[in-house]
Amino acid sequence: MLRDITIGQYYQTESVIHKLDPRVKLMGTLVFIISLFLGKSVWIYLGATIFLAVVIKLSNVPLKFILKGLKAVVLLIVLSAAFNLFLTDGRVLVHFWIFTITAEGLYQAVFMVIRLIYLIMGSSLMTLTTTPNHLTDGLEKGLGFLKKIKVPVHEISMMMSIALRFIPILIEETDKIMKAQLARGADFENGNILKRAKAMIPVLVPLFISAFRRANELAMAMEARCYHGDEGRTKMKPLKYQKRDRIAYISMFGYLAVLIALNVWMSGRII
Amino acid sequence: MSIIADHINYTYEIGTGFERQAIKDISFVIEDGEFIGLIGHTGSGKSTLIQHLNGLVKATSGTVYYNGQDIYDKDYDLKTLRSKVGLVFQYPEHQLFETDIFKDVCFGPKNLGLPKMEVELRAFEALRMVGLEENLYYQSPFDLSGGQKRRVAIAGVLAMKPEVLILDEPTAGLDPKGRDDILECLRYLKEETGMTIILVSHSMEDVAKYVNRIMVMNDGVLMYDDTPKNIFTHYRELEEIGLAAPQVTYIMNDLKNAGFDVNTGAITVDEAVESIMASVR
Ligand SMILES: Nc1ncnc2c1ncn2[C@@H]1O[C@H](COP(=O)(O)OP(=O)(O)O)[C@@H](O)[C@H]1O
Ligand SMILES: [Mg+2]
Repeated sequence: MLRDITIGQYYQTESVIHKLDPRVKLMGTLVFIISLFLGKSVWIYLGATIFLAVVIKLSNVPLKFILKGLKAVVLLIVLSAAFNLFLTDGRVLVHFWIFTITAEGLYQAVFMVIRLIYLIMGSSLMTLTTTPNHLTDGLEKGLGFLKKIKVPVHEISMMMSIALRFIPILIEETDKIMKAQLARGADFENGNILKRAKAMIPVLVPLFISAFRRANELAMAMEARCYHGDEGRTKMKPLKYQKRDRIAYISMFGYLAVLIALNVWMSGRII
Repeated sequence: MSIIADHINYTYEIGTGFERQAIKDISFVIEDGEFIGLIGHTGSGKSTLIQHLNGLVKATSGTVYYNGQDIYDKDYDLKTLRSKVGLVFQYPEHQLFETDIFKDVCFGPKNLGLPKMEVELRAFEALRMVGLEENLYYQSPFDLSGGQKRRVAIAGVLAMKPEVLILDEPTAGLDPKGRDDILECLRYLKEETGMTIILVSHSMEDVAKYVNRIMVMNDGVLMYDDTPKNIFTHYRELEEIGLAAPQVTYIMNDLKNAGFDVNTGAITVDEAVESIMASVR
């Protein structure tokens, strides 16, 4: 059950997208998100669909796998669709009991759902094609300019990469501890909320203890290897832009430019 | 009264693109009162296999019968099964959570819905069986040594009075003294209660002395299932799958090849000494 969580997971395979510089992918994700909020015309979404489809195709990640990540947020999507559907004023289409569906509401709901789904697909595509280490490397270098104003970029990205690394470990650990307590007759499924919350204590206490133990061990291991933060630290594989990265930048900004032009042409506004 | 595994298969992460078949068509019968060693290299599927026996993992295909009943039947009570087939996980000390040792051991029997008296009686009995000193009973489990913690965790399962006790690598990560303590404790349990014990290990040396049947797993397949003596005649094949027979087996075989009339089936050092003395006399 816990293993269904795919957000932040990496999908190992060979592809151009996997090979891209993480900074390019971060920027690409940002550009894609911006493009989703440009406007509400069908053309914009058609453009975004084509862009997403091409990137997915290039990434060699099975569509099925990307869609699986949506399962975790189905509730969020349904809720926001419902709010838009029932709470938007306008031309009444259907009316029953206390519910009113308007044409505008329907329109809003459809776009909201597409927007959310694309948003999640786009960002999970980034994590699926980028190892956590690469991702934080990219963040550290991409946001390096913030060091000038004393933001501890290196420390933050190190914490991030450790946190990301720990997610699957802790999930696995939870799984193990739950099984061990089940073997001792624990019951996580029956009873009211209070009883079920109480049933989690035998899982949470060992989980916290093990998380602290692991953190402690990791800190020791890092210190034993003379880790001392950012100062004077060099990289074994420094990030360097390649030809494919330049092509990717050009394509993504080309994509954004085309969509903005489309939007200006359709509605006379930039956003 | 027995456990029967009938052609069980198990695949992890079906439908994710990361499928991995951990159990491949395994069948066996375990009778009451047996002391079994389940041996295999890391990743051979031992832990996965034993979780089938108390219904924590459901076979992708095939069935497990406990005392003649199909445990995958819709109205089969898995909770009762888990109290009858006690499973001690690897590093069981990581599951301790209570403020004192005694309370932690009470967790199992309490979950069975027994009256308080009975729960405490069982906890006492279990702690006594694993040989923990009485002055420790009301201390925090987190202050104990590794070997002691592990014995507390084993007591936590024993307190449910299982008919079958399965232990997943109970000696992993312990020093030689801690290891011997645990193994001796199991031998004592076996003599005292006559319960069925399945001991998972990757070390032949550890189990050879204690068990009367060895099951060898390799890459999800049950490769051998026989008495220790017969198993060790395959010591060359065992080596190929990353396992070693006890050192005694090697010495005896070398002696035999050198022309001495010794018993190559000797398992313990004492047996070996006896056989060698007899042959030179
Ligand atoms: N929770 C899991 N998810 C996916 N694969 C697993 C999981 N647990 C074990 N495996 C895989 O199943 C195989 C058997 O593992 P396991 O039963 O733990 O072997 P052993 O206990 O003999 O070391 C291994 O290849 C392992 O990678
Ligand atoms: Mg194991």
